[in-house]
Amino acid sequence: MADQATLNTAGAASAASSGSRSGPSGKRPRPIFSTRNIVLYGTLTLAAIYYLIPLYVMVVTSLKTMPEIRMGNIFSPPVEITFEPWVKAWAQACTGLNCDGLSRGFYNSVRITVPSVIISILIASINGYALANWRFKGMETFFTVLVVGAFIPYQVMIYPIVIVLRELGIYGTLSGLIIVHTIFGMPILTLLFRNYFASLPEELFKAARVDGAGFWNIYFRIMLPMSLPIFVVAMIIQITGIWNDFLFGVVFTRPEYYPMTVQLNNIVNSVQGVKEYNVNMAATILTGLVPLIVYFVSGKLFVRGIAAGAVKG
Amino acid sequence: MNSSVSVKDLTLKFGAVTVLDKLNLDIKDGEFLVLLGSSGCGKSTLLNCIAGLLEPTDGQIFIKDRNVTWEEPKDRGIGMVFQSYALYPQMTVEKNLSFGLRIAGMDKAEIDKRVARASEILQIGPLLQRKPAALSGGQRQRVAIGRALVRDVDVFLFDEPLSNLDAKLRSELRVEIKRLHQNLKNTMIYVTHDQIEALTLADRIAIMRGGLIQQLDDPMTIYNEPKNLYVAGFIGSPAMNFFKGEITTADGRPAFATNGVTFMLDGYKAKGPLRPGTKAILGLRPEHISVDGPETADTHQAVVEIEEPMGADNLIWLKHAGQSMSVRIGGSRRYNPGAQVKLAYDMSVASLFDAESELRI
Repeated sequence: MADQATLNTAGAASAASSGSRSGPSGKRPRPIFSTRNIVLYGTLTLAAIYYLIPLYVMVVTSLKTMPEIRMGNIFSPPVEITFEPWVKAWAQACTGLNCDGLSRGFYNSVRITVPSVIISILIASINGYALANWRFKGMETFFTVLVVGAFIPYQVMIYPIVIVLRELGIYGTLSGLIIVHTIFGMPILTLLFRNYFASLPEELFKAARVDGAGFWNIYFRIMLPMSLPIFVVAMIIQITGIWNDFLFGVVFTRPEYYPMTVQLNNIVNSVQGVKEYNVNMAATILTGLVPLIVYFVSGKLFVRGIAAGAVKG
Repeated sequence: MNSSVSVKDLTLKFGAVTVLDKLNLDIKDGEFLVLLGSSGCGKSTLLNCIAGLLEPTDGQIFIKDRNVTWEEPKDRGIGMVFQSYALYPQMTVEKNLSFGLRIAGMDKAEIDKRVARASEILQIGPLLQRKPAALSGGQRQRVAIGRALVRDVDVFLFDEPLSNLDAKLRSELRVEIKRLHQNLKNTMIYVTHDQIEALTLADRIAIMRGGLIQQLDDPMTIYNEPKNLYVAGFIGSPAMNFFKGEITTADGRPAFATNGVTFMLDGYKAKGPLRPGTKAILGLRPEHISVDGPETADTHQAVVEIEEPMGADNLIWLKHAGQSMSVRIGGSRRYNPGAQVKLAYDMSVASLFDAESELRI
């Protein structure tokens, strides 16, 4: 009997509550084809197509044979897929006297990019850390000079640097180019690291000092482990920047050290013989592949690093 | 008693701004000193100077009778606890505690011993392998205290350690810090803007304003005999009631007249003679006024405006002498707005300030 009564009251209660819920309740339903959605997705799709079409043409062309390309349908997919142009671009294409394709340029680019990225990030992060956390005499001046450095056009400095490198006896060598890349990466990277380190809580730094940690201990044991996102951002900026560099590569090195970009240019712009569009396309994609992979692999960390710097800075 | 920390003529300027101005302070061995003041009064700056994290423009700092003015923080024999805890996020609690010792190159067995002792005192044993992100605010602050503890220092510095915690945890940890001080008997310097923390923890409180110490005394003296108007208004919640008026005599006895109301000053412990005609400010704490007590010749009549029951006690706001005035009474006594009450005053704990110099008379 008692149970019956309880059930009844419970039933009545639920009836009452469902009765009061007859109006709008919970999430508002949204139609899929609303004006908002059409404009939003329409714009995004158009933008995506606009950016992807050139890539599509490149990939498709690089997989075609030359007779097929001459037919002129640049948007049509290849009738007969061939990887011959890719092999040729990598290993056989001629630049001047050398006919070993882009591979030589690739190794040069790796030999230029890896040390440049490591050295520039190492120095810039220490610079940024010192500027953010340690007060020293002339710190403001140093920082101003550095920031101004970020705004001076490269072209102005090319000839003086050529002279400096020549006097140092490293003009035309890989180490010369590495030094140039390191120097030119310094202003923006230092700024990046300074702002990031300044956004970390100051009390952390004070606590470490009370604990007896000095300049290097704080840098290596406290700051570095907290700064992975900003290191990733710096790496992406430097890898893509140095890999894509053409100007410094062509000015400061000798032909045997030309980076991939310069070599790509030489292959594509070689005047003798037929223009091999498929080989050119393949060579271009090969050259752009490294930055592309870097973006894909580190995309998430990149966004996180940028966001971390932005929110707290 | 030896002095443990002593600050001599300490001046600190940031450019044109003088944050600390020729400040002198002597802290006894084993004393719990609280630096109290509103934000921007220089209390944290002073603490940072003592810690060696800020370089003074002028003056000296002694710790254990040793001049440490030019020494690094680690060589001063201090441990510091920060408001934001400042735990190293990538290290476990254990690594956090032992960081300073590992830097100093202490041997493993001694480090383990000290970490074990600190974690036992603070009851953070089960947390040792966790990262700070996996700890609650109270646990984090306990670890931060532990980090100072393992260093086995003479002086503990606390920079608003409880300000980031919620009210309940704050009162819990407050008791724990007091217990810690009773057990360890170290010198502790504690910066806060919370007067409850100051009154409950301190052996002595230094109330600061504009880079100067306004009053340095034990909590009861600060509370009952504030040296000037600022201290009187700063300490106490709800705040002291102030009346502007002048000293007179009534029936041949010293009295204070304001807005047509006369307060008899019988029992007031004046520092000097009370000269009639002096412009003055009378300060009465809400808890030093009794309501509807035994009738005497000096009782006043007033009307209740608002009642604020707070559980343990009840705060009533009255209209008296042309201004609003609060009185604290027992929680069980209730008054409706509009009720007539009779007021009597305990002048032995009242405060009287010169209206011009704002100093205690």
